[in-house]
Amino acid sequence: MPAQVITITSGKGGVGKTTAVANLAVALASNGSKVVCIDGDIGLRNLDVILGLENRIVYDIVDVIEGRCRLKQAMIRDKKLPNLYLIPAAQTRDKNAVSPSDMTRLIKELRAGYDFVLIDSPAGIERGFRNAIAAADRVLVITNPEVSAVRDADRVIGILEAEEKGPAALIINRLNPNLVKKHDMLSADDVLDLLAVELIGIVPEDENVIIGSNRGAPVAHDTKSKAGQAFRNIARRLQGETVPFLDLESQGSLWERLQRLTGRK
Amino acid sequence: MSFFDRLFGRKNSAESAKERLQLVLIHDRTDLTPAELDSLKDDLIAAISRHVEIDAKSMQIGVEHDGRSQRLVADIPIKSAPRRRARKTK
Repeated sequence: MPAQVITITSGKGGVGKTTAVANLAVALASNGSKVVCIDGDIGLRNLDVILGLENRIVYDIVDVIEGRCRLKQAMIRDKKLPNLYLIPAAQTRDKNAVSPSDMTRLIKELRAGYDFVLIDSPAGIERGFRNAIAAADRVLVITNPEVSAVRDADRVIGILEAEEKGPAALIINRLNPNLVKKHDMLSADDVLDLLAVELIGIVPEDENVIIGSNRGAPVAHDTKSKAGQAFRNIARRLQGETVPFLDLESQGSLWERLQRLTGRK
Repeated sequence: MSFFDRLFGRKNSAESAKERLQLVLIHDRTDLTPAELDSLKDDLIAAISRHVEIDAKSMQIGVEHDGRSQRLVADIPIKSAPRRRARKTK
């Protein structure tokens, strides 16, 4: 079967696109899929450090497009997962070094040999974003439960519909269940009400995400982390499984927690 | 939200975030500012009044959303015909 090409985008910067791509790539690869992830943020390369592969880069995506190396030479194999590869962004060039048709051509070459191609889009709705969605079969929009991120997500979802790249699926990232309970953060239902798109995952705020980034080992490797669990669930949904959404209200009373532990709730 | 906010009936912050976003998203999606909506309303009143007498003061017009599509919803009360006729014959 040819690869599914999935782009992760957000409109607003800093909501967790790169972290999501790294974690989904790790989770998909750990679950047996052959995965290539592409850093689409030319000039602001980051996916390499999040995956812990920054010391292995020789060639980048612009080298491939401009014919200085073969595609295989720019693909860096992950340290732990032999079926996970990264194509890094160029650091010394800008987004105009790549065009949407360059991306489509490059991805066409990848489709046959892999199960998933994940593309990390830059923030914004300009050239870099257009490059990132050009060859996508499916687009995941990631947002935080926060006014500016939701507003920008809505803009991006509208553009994707107009470009016939929709319907987009939504990841709500960095949800803080305690704040939601105090009615001081938009709930997942609020965000879905506002954006009216399909939900593919809710990722709770989790300090292990930062720890993972520090080490270059995405949190999806960590079986105890809640955010890691959420990313692994999204990966399984992408692989076609039906996985129930995490119960994030686990800071409930001791009694409720006991009931859940004994499987009564 | 603190106890005092609740005591004084202040809205919780998630609720105001949602309400504010609802309005902002309607304007983002339709490119209609409140001022443009007002002038649209005036044009509608003028056009409809050429055919039927309406109660312009209690007319309501707004944008509602249904999923990701927006619709313009107008509620325009028509003055009843018998009353108009009665007035004319007087």
